[in-house]
Amino acid sequence: MARFPFSAIVGQDEMKQALLIAAVDPSVGGVMVFGDRGTGKSTAARALAGLLPPITAHQNCAYGGSKEDAERYPDVCGGGPLRKRPVPFVDLPLGATEDRVIGSLDLERALRSGEKGFEPGLLAKAHRGFLYIDEINLLEDHLVDLLLDVAASGENVVEREGLSVRHPARFVLIGSGNPEEGELRPQLLDRFGLSVEVRTPTDIETRVEIMRLVAANERDPQAFAAKWAGEDEKILKQIARGKKRLEKLEPGEDVLTDAAHLCLAVGADGLRGELTLMRAARALAALKGAKAVRREHLIAVAPSALRHRLRRDVLDETGSTVRITRAIDELFG
Amino acid sequence: MSGSAPDPLHDAIRAAQLFIQNPTLFGGMVLRGASPARDALVAAIGEALPTRRLPGHVDDERLLGGIDIAASLAAGKPIETAGLLAEAQGGVLVVPMAERLDEAVAGRLAQALDDRRVALVLLDDGIEPEDAPPAALTERLAFLCDLSQSREWRGVELGAKASGEAAPLSDDALGAIATTGAALGVPSLRPLIHAAEAARAHAALEGRKEVAKPDLEAAARLVIAPRATQLPPQEPPPEEEQEPPPPPPESSDTPDDTDMPSPEQLEEMLVEAAAASIPRDLLEQLVNGKTPKRGASGTGQKRKAGLRGKPLGARAGMPRGGARLALIDTLRAAVPWQGVRRRERDADPDAPILMRKEDLRIRRYEEKAARVTIFAVDASGSAAAARLAEAKGAVELMLAQAYVTRSEVALIAFRGENADLLLPPTRSLTRARRALAELPGGGGTPLAMGLNAARELARSVTGKGRTPSLIVLTDGRANLDAGGQPGRKQAGEDAEVAAKAIAREGYDALVVDISARPGREGQELAANMQARYLALPRADAKALHSAISTNMREPA
Repeated sequence: MARFPFSAIVGQDEMKQALLIAAVDPSVGGVMVFGDRGTGKSTAARALAGLLPPITAHQNCAYGGSKEDAERYPDVCGGGPLRKRPVPFVDLPLGATEDRVIGSLDLERALRSGEKGFEPGLLAKAHRGFLYIDEINLLEDHLVDLLLDVAASGENVVEREGLSVRHPARFVLIGSGNPEEGELRPQLLDRFGLSVEVRTPTDIETRVEIMRLVAANERDPQAFAAKWAGEDEKILKQIARGKKRLEKLEPGEDVLTDAAHLCLAVGADGLRGELTLMRAARALAALKGAKAVRREHLIAVAPSALRHRLRRDVLDETGSTVRITRAIDELFG
Repeated sequence: MSGSAPDPLHDAIRAAQLFIQNPTLFGGMVLRGASPARDALVAAIGEALPTRRLPGHVDDERLLGGIDIAASLAAGKPIETAGLLAEAQGGVLVVPMAERLDEAVAGRLAQALDDRRVALVLLDDGIEPEDAPPAALTERLAFLCDLSQSREWRGVELGAKASGEAAPLSDDALGAIATTGAALGVPSLRPLIHAAEAARAHAALEGRKEVAKPDLEAAARLVIAPRATQLPPQEPPPEEEQEPPPPPPESSDTPDDTDMPSPEQLEEMLVEAAAASIPRDLLEQLVNGKTPKRGASGTGQKRKAGLRGKPLGARAGMPRGGARLALIDTLRAAVPWQGVRRRERDADPDAPILMRKEDLRIRRYEEKAARVTIFAVDASGSAAAARLAEAKGAVELMLAQAYVTRSEVALIAFRGENADLLLPPTRSLTRARRALAELPGGGGTPLAMGLNAARELARSVTGKGRTPSLIVLTDGRANLDAGGQPGRKQAGEDAEVAAKAIAREGYDALVVDISARPGREGQELAANMQARYLALPRADAKALHSAISTNMREPA
């Protein structure tokens, strides 16, 4: 199916914002999307990947390695001339085995020629792109552990079956899931940078709008893509500008204090919350072309950056989002 | 379409006719309930479209293609095989016993559906409402047809494909579909998109260029109604103040019957048509105020292939379906034969090791089956409301631990004339909390009914490869029999029968006597169930939880 243009996605502003932040600054960590089926979670993630400009990679490199990668990991990159290729988007299927994910002994080579070789897995494929996991809460815990580990370190280290391989694997991890069907361990959740909640739009008008757009895309994908190309281009430029601006932005003392106060007020565990909050606010400021990171940026990203880090009280029905907005209102009026 | 309901086969045939117009767009069909009519329908689809059958135990290699190890070893060079997905490209995969479909396979199929590579026909032979194909798939297929009530027996002709194409739907028509979805509680957008396309396909079949009322009705009936989670509000659905977008310009240039009524009328009629065609069993559940769980929760950690756990050593076998090659053992198996094989093949002495299929060894792991703790809670008047609070607390504490022990929790409450499964096996705190909040109390004690419900659940849990543990919280004083009729004597006898049935199946069980003065009844019940007995006249949730933890066996 043809990719749906990112700019044609109706509503879902929080998810779009989180994805754009991750695109500008992958170091915020992955994005976790909670929501029901059929709310356009994977459509948005896919659309963003399709939007990004192609990467330059060595032609024979199974990892899509850049020039720098080839220098850092000379023994795994296949080399070859530098060629453009689209930003990878890997859709991790439910029930993928560890072998498929991290890579494994190349059986064919081992059996045929007795050579020990490494067959790259999905992590290698996702390098410099996106790794999307639908229903991540149903994935085996040890696999989620592994994924988050690699996502954080940017490197996949394989030590098994007599293999010893290190290869680059920097990607934006996007997980999605429906909390009704089993939850993610809090420890794992905490390691996602941002988390957003998507709901299916309930007003009829929006739903009609979505149905109309999807039908139009269905009938003539090319024409539809052409129609939205201008808008998509704008977003693309915004991301590129944001990336450049990011280095120049350094949050001031006042914003840092705000962040600390907010985390304290909502009882977000650990330092990771503060760190992510700052990074996300900075990325948003860069995205918006602001001259400095301001409180408004902080407030805009606070729910996404903190809602999954609040200590949970089994008996407290109040949603995390409500608790955060309440704290924001109290602190900053 | 009200009045005497036509046989469900009619709608299924209609759905199939729409489906074959554009298989990958619609994703496919779920055909529930085995019957000769269904076989005829599948055969008819097979005549219209290229179909392949997908065996339920298919592994990744067969599904996606790859190196055929056995053939490669025999030939001495790599031999690739195409996967079933590739072979069925653009056609239809028929999946028998779809309710038992492996999650991993379902994940692959869902991706293939999203990429429009194949369409699926899921044959669902499930009997219980919870026995349903994975929701990740049913969500992506346009047509859900329940043929279990079908009494017809005849050959099926689907007819030809439509020659023309209908124009896209007007905003009013889309709005009517969206309203229908909202009225029947269908949150996902996929069914609405499918319904819109179904209406177009229906119009094309009827030879219309524009979508008309009967097309929309058919779409509502075939796509939206089977997914209803609520009945439409009694009042005509609240008009979400639709600021009239450019008033319907396409006035009647189509003849009489297919005239488009005003947007409001259209919405109303569509909601009615959809509501009238909600399948009967679904309707019953809705009327009883239950949210149908069809397929919604079929996605738990059902089964884990032998991929983890304590290593057990290797055995001969093919490294497929996730099983991993035990390299050292494979080599060890191959080495003694090298001399013979070299002579046989005339290989030169420097040739690499000669492998054969029978050398391959795969790793085995011993894995603990996940445990499902089933609470059967006496919520009758005699068991006092305070008990319920304790049971609730204990369930929540068990759930909080579920991550550590990888166990799940289920809850059955029995009171009055019912034994209800309030919480199907789950690890989800969100769901558990909601189910517990809704737990009512009061009424008689249908102990036999509660025990039977617990036993049935335990059996279905076992069927899914997990280990059930039963925890019955009651005072043991039954006063309603297995049919829900009052009468202490019959009730006692029925409870004894039910308890002994549990003992026969050999489930790990614990009876927690929660009466204020623990007595003979509880102990007898435990004895009949061959369960351990625990008297907890004054327990709080924590005490109950710790008592349960120390009293239950470790999962086998």
